[in-house]
Amino acid sequence: MAASGTLLVLFLFAHAAGNLKIFVGLPDFDHYAEWLRELGTPLLPHAWFLWIQRFGLLAAIGLHIWAATVLTIRAKKARPVKYAHRPKVQGSYAARTMRWGGVIIVLFVIWHILDLTLGVVNPATGDSDASQRVVQGFDPERWYVTLFYVLAVVAVGFHLRHGIWSAVRTMGQQTTKGERRAKAIALVLSVVLVAMYLSVPIAVTFGLVK
Amino acid sequence: MDIKVRVWRQSGPSAGGKMVAYDVKGISPDASFLEMIDVLNETLILDGDDPIAFDHDCREGICGACSMVINGVAHGPEKATTTCQLHMRKFKDGDVIDVEPWRAAAFPVIKDLIVDRSAFDQIIQAGGYISAPTGTAPDAHATPVPKKDADLAFEAATCIGCGACVAACPNGSSMLFTAAKISHLGLMPQGQPERDSRVIDMLQAQDDAGFGGCTNAGECTMVCPKGIPLSLIGRLNSDYRKAITKR
Ligand code: HEM
Ligand code: SF4
Ligand code: FES
Repeated sequence: MAASGTLLVLFLFAHAAGNLKIFVGLPDFDHYAEWLRELGTPLLPHAWFLWIQRFGLLAAIGLHIWAATVLTIRAKKARPVKYAHRPKVQGSYAARTMRWGGVIIVLFVIWHILDLTLGVVNPATGDSDASQRVVQGFDPERWYVTLFYVLAVVAVGFHLRHGIWSAVRTMGQQTTKGERRAKAIALVLSVVLVAMYLSVPIAVTFGLVK
Repeated sequence: MDIKVRVWRQSGPSAGGKMVAYDVKGISPDASFLEMIDVLNETLILDGDDPIAFDHDCREGICGACSMVINGVAHGPEKATTTCQLHMRKFKDGDVIDVEPWRAAAFPVIKDLIVDRSAFDQIIQAGGYISAPTGTAPDAHATPVPKKDADLAFEAATCIGCGACVAACPNGSSMLFTAAKISHLGLMPQGQPERDSRVIDMLQAQDDAGFGGCTNAGECTMVCPKGIPLSLIGRLNSDYRKAITKR
């Protein structure tokens, strides 16, 4: 969980930073999208590096989901009879929503790829540029899409708030002072990431990026 | 105080069970939770019913026997408190209180609220000991121990093996218990020779007993009557990583 999760967090930050390029200008954003495909050339053929990244990402996602599934099955087996009085959440809310939160994020990522990578559920025409898919996808008229993105990104934030700290603990963090520090860092990183992601769709929906 | 309790009744290990409601009248607010059940049991016996079976021993918060989940919280609403040290004044007149046994595959119900916690013994047997030569006791100051280590080891050693951590864990994991045990031995010079095998063997015993896997949810430490800190789980993880890389 910790190792594959760490890779995913690194991707999330790189991706969020890349998205911000849209504030520089639409052609610059498309230039960035093109650069993603140029990366690694001429050592590798066009777009190969991107595909290597995609496979790496898929492997990390696969491992992450596999480990989560094993833990969930073990948890179900370890408590065959449920409590009649539903136990109240005393630890952290974020920790208790990791499983459903994870499922929601996967569904979001599928939609998101159909939307902005493949353009299947995006109003922009077939061979549009990435910037056009973003601008038309988050058009003020399509506010419900933006709302869905906002909810999904907040779910990612909750997931990371527990996930980042939990990964640090799994790797052996063991002092009470370090625990407070790790929790604070996880919170700050999650909030920053959520803000970075939300800025783009919200800016487009409110007409700040056209 | 007049209250209503709904208690899990199960006549034996393989029998089915259900929650049964009882009215308990005229309970002193200064009675402990276990005394309240004692009073209820007296009326049950007078009525010719089977009294509620529950585990208890010291009734002073040190043995860890008095396992019960009260309104969804192991050992009830009071922090860092066992059920025997919980008093009825923490409840209100007219409250409806749900009482259930620890719920874990590794802790099967024997009767009503009593569960079999010998899975913890299996974990201890796998590595929760040190090999010490017999003979006269060595001088207490013969082996120096840094104060910081001694304090943390002592904090870990206050674990009474009650199993509340397992009862509260959404994964049914016993990681806090195991972490407390490997820490109180692993922090001491006497615990070093078996430090690596201890963590590997105790984790294996924990998995074999049917406990779930830890996801650092942190519910355990919230209900632990001895306030065993979650950070000891990080210590266990660190010991485990070092032990398997050495193998
Ligand atoms: C809400 C703000 C977000 C915006 C504006 C955004 C934008 C984009 C765009 C434009 C692409 C297509 C890039 C291209 O084809 O050149 C893309 C791809 C992708 N995004 Fe996002 N994204 C956001 C949030 C997220 C989040 C929160 C996740 C993960 C949980 C995510 C995961 C992905 C993945 C996996 C891809 C596919 C990468 C690939 O093509 O291999 N995105 N995103
Ligand atoms: S760690 Fe705490 S809750 Fe768990 S068995 Fe020990 S004393 Fe009980
Ligand atoms: S009866 Fe001993 S701790 Fe409660």
